[in-house]
Amino acid sequence: MIEVKNIRKGFGEKTVLNGVTVTMQPGKCNLIIGASGSGKTVFMKCMVGLLVPDQGEICYDDKDFNKLGAEEKKEIRQQIGMLFQGSALFDSLTVEQNIMFPLNMFTQDTYAQKLKRVNGVLERVNLKDVNKKYPAELSGGMKKRVGIARAIVLNPKYLFVDEPNSGLDPQTSLVIDKLVKEITTEYNITTVVNTHDMNSVMEIGDHIIFMYQGKKEWEGSNKEIIFNKNERLNEFIFASEFLKDAKDMRMLEQTGKISNDRDMDKLLPPG
Amino acid sequence: MTLFTEFGRYLLMIKGMFSKPENWKMYWKELMHQCNEIGIGSLGIVVIISFFMGAVSALQTAYQLVSPVIPMSTVAQIVRDTVILEFAPTLVCIVLAGVVGSKIASELGNMRVSEQIDALEIMGINTKAYLVLPKILASLIMIPLLVVISAALGILGGQLAATSAGILSANQYETGLLSNFQQYNVFFALVKAYTFSFLISSIPAYYGYHVQGGALEIGRSSTKSVVVSCVSILFADYVLAALLLQ
Repeated sequence: MIEVKNIRKGFGEKTVLNGVTVTMQPGKCNLIIGASGSGKTVFMKCMVGLLVPDQGEICYDDKDFNKLGAEEKKEIRQQIGMLFQGSALFDSLTVEQNIMFPLNMFTQDTYAQKLKRVNGVLERVNLKDVNKKYPAELSGGMKKRVGIARAIVLNPKYLFVDEPNSGLDPQTSLVIDKLVKEITTEYNITTVVNTHDMNSVMEIGDHIIFMYQGKKEWEGSNKEIIFNKNERLNEFIFASEFLKDAKDMRMLEQTGKISNDRDMDKLLPPG
Repeated sequence: MTLFTEFGRYLLMIKGMFSKPENWKMYWKELMHQCNEIGIGSLGIVVIISFFMGAVSALQTAYQLVSPVIPMSTVAQIVRDTVILEFAPTLVCIVLAGVVGSKIASELGNMRVSEQIDALEIMGINTKAYLVLPKILASLIMIPLLVVISAALGILGGQLAATSAGILSANQYETGLLSNFQQYNVFFALVKAYTFSFLISSIPAYYGYHVQGGALEIGRSSTKSVVVSCVSILFADYVLAALLLQ
């Protein structure tokens, strides 16, 4: 379980995170949402240990990550997989070598065993015949899928995903979202996703944390978010014209001033 | 950022390189890869520079030796000592600071900007040990070898230039090469080669590893690393000469 207790982080005089406390739900998709500059990325970097918070605790199974020794930190990091915004694949390695890299570094398996594992995760992310291709030869969506494959190849306990849909078309975004959700369920991983894509929120958000100016502003599920009463969150989620329409429908429905001839259920997440 | 802060971060990077490797085989593979990149990758330019450096040195020395009292074999002696003491270690290392240094800085800078270093960190790999240390070790192994090759080729270039221009015969050149040869000069050249190898690899690694920003910053850090490396080489050259050539 990941617990974040009252973390603060600043750069110079600017405070980016201001006392955030959150518990990530194990085995679920935890989404951190918020506008650009709200502190999402810094928050995620603090959680994975790329940045050290000025104050507060990041606990993995009750162990404060920042108080651990180098070897203990390494052990926890080996339980973490991460998909970066730009995929962060190693340019000079093929897809197969990229995915095999963590296996080469941390296992004593034979080449045949490692190859079997690589092909297994590639199949899981629906990629075929790309083993010998270089990252430069792949599309954005394929790179993300290779990134996911590399992140899950060591069967991590925690999966961090930074802006999975940036630079992708809506259809590919949907595929990536579904993949993240399916992998979370299948592998029973605690997934933390950093996004500002409302489609992702509604598709995969089991537990949503809304950040505003470095603070946790709201927390809930994708079923609760659409009927939330937080003004800042509503401003964020109903920023698009389409969703404004949905908001109007919801308000009219709630006040009962006019009859609603559109089906609200279609706007709600499945289930 | 002040000079002292930068120097402190540089020292911390060096300190951070020393940890138990996660997998010795992978580190060995990376070391061999870097030896190939740094050593074999720079061999061509070193061969060309060294040969012409020796040739020009022979011709210019002969041009200045106008006294009938001094035997022409002295040309070979001067070429030998100049090449061993200064040209092979210093000039070649300054060229390598550009070739190898910019490569190291831009490679690490690109990895930093595209989050590849972060990806390695999250996997639980000590990136300073896995990315920086093999580059420094490979430089310490390969650059002194290149300096030795450079010295030999410089002397050979001098011989070819001097004999083909009719300044002195091959026999006279060999006589000059063997007279008053001091082995200490070779030791001094190797001390310089090892010192410069460390500077050429660690300074660009520092600038590349700590890049912040995008493509523009990678270019800037690469240029800065070459400039700082060259100045450091010249400064170290002076210090070593003052300390070891008394």
